[in-house]
Amino acid sequence: MTPPLAWYLGLSAVLFAIGVLGVLIRRNVIVIFMAIELMLNAVNLSFVALARSTGSMDGQVIVFFVMTVAAAEAAVGLAIILSMFRNRETTNVDELATLRW
Amino acid sequence: MSPLLFLLLAALTVASALTVVVHRNPVHSACALVVTLCLLAVFFLGLDAQLVAFLQVIVYAGAIVVLFLFVIMLLNLQVEARAMAGALLVGTATAGGVALAVLVVTALRRAAVPAAANPPAGFGETAALARQLFTVYLLPFELTSILLLVAIVGAVALAKK
Repeated sequence: MTPPLAWYLGLSAVLFAIGVLGVLIRRNVIVIFMAIELMLNAVNLSFVALARSTGSMDGQVIVFFVMTVAAAEAAVGLAIILSMFRNRETTNVDELATLRW
Repeated sequence: MSPLLFLLLAALTVASALTVVVHRNPVHSACALVVTLCLLAVFFLGLDAQLVAFLQVIVYAGAIVVLFLFVIMLLNLQVEARAMAGALLVGTATAGGVALAVLVVTALRRAAVPAAANPPAGFGETAALARQLFTVYLLPFELTSILLLVAIVGAVALAKK
């Protein structure tokens, strides 16, 4: 007896909502980055659950690509944060507002 | 995976994900992220995705979160006084997040989600995944290597003084 597909999709939606919440309420750019990783993982759970229920391997292959892009994104994003911190001495997004407006 | 085990693991996953978002110390957030990712790997194992589960632990929990911790320690971030946005934004965002989760869960309860059929033989094995990856998805796979190369060069160029 396995849990139905809808449970996995529901858990994935809840995790995605938590990730969106993190991006909206946190002011530290590194924690915002972690919330983005959380959202990517929530979608991965949907992909794997749907791959299992349709019996096709394509969903798992897509997860492989999502992980690769997430790794590349984390490397470049953290390098940007590092160089921003060198110039501005802060990781608070309220103070890193040069590109806004 | 039995439904009871699913509910237990789901509760743990949601709790650790909330810890990532709510905790004021970035190091604790990163540690909670490791817990969340490892719990998701357990779900992947229960869904016959063995290779994806191990890649999740190695790539995400092993490499990406270590990169996060490395940067947090390099920047010497402490517990912040102003970790959160203003009270109005926090309240609105929390209400919106709860509404989004309730909306999707309600929609799923009403939708006719098909019952999971038994997967074909050999489903989820590394051989089946590799066959797809090196035949149907060969071009995206090769493009991925270029993406990683560009990311490495970009990260070095950005982080260099």
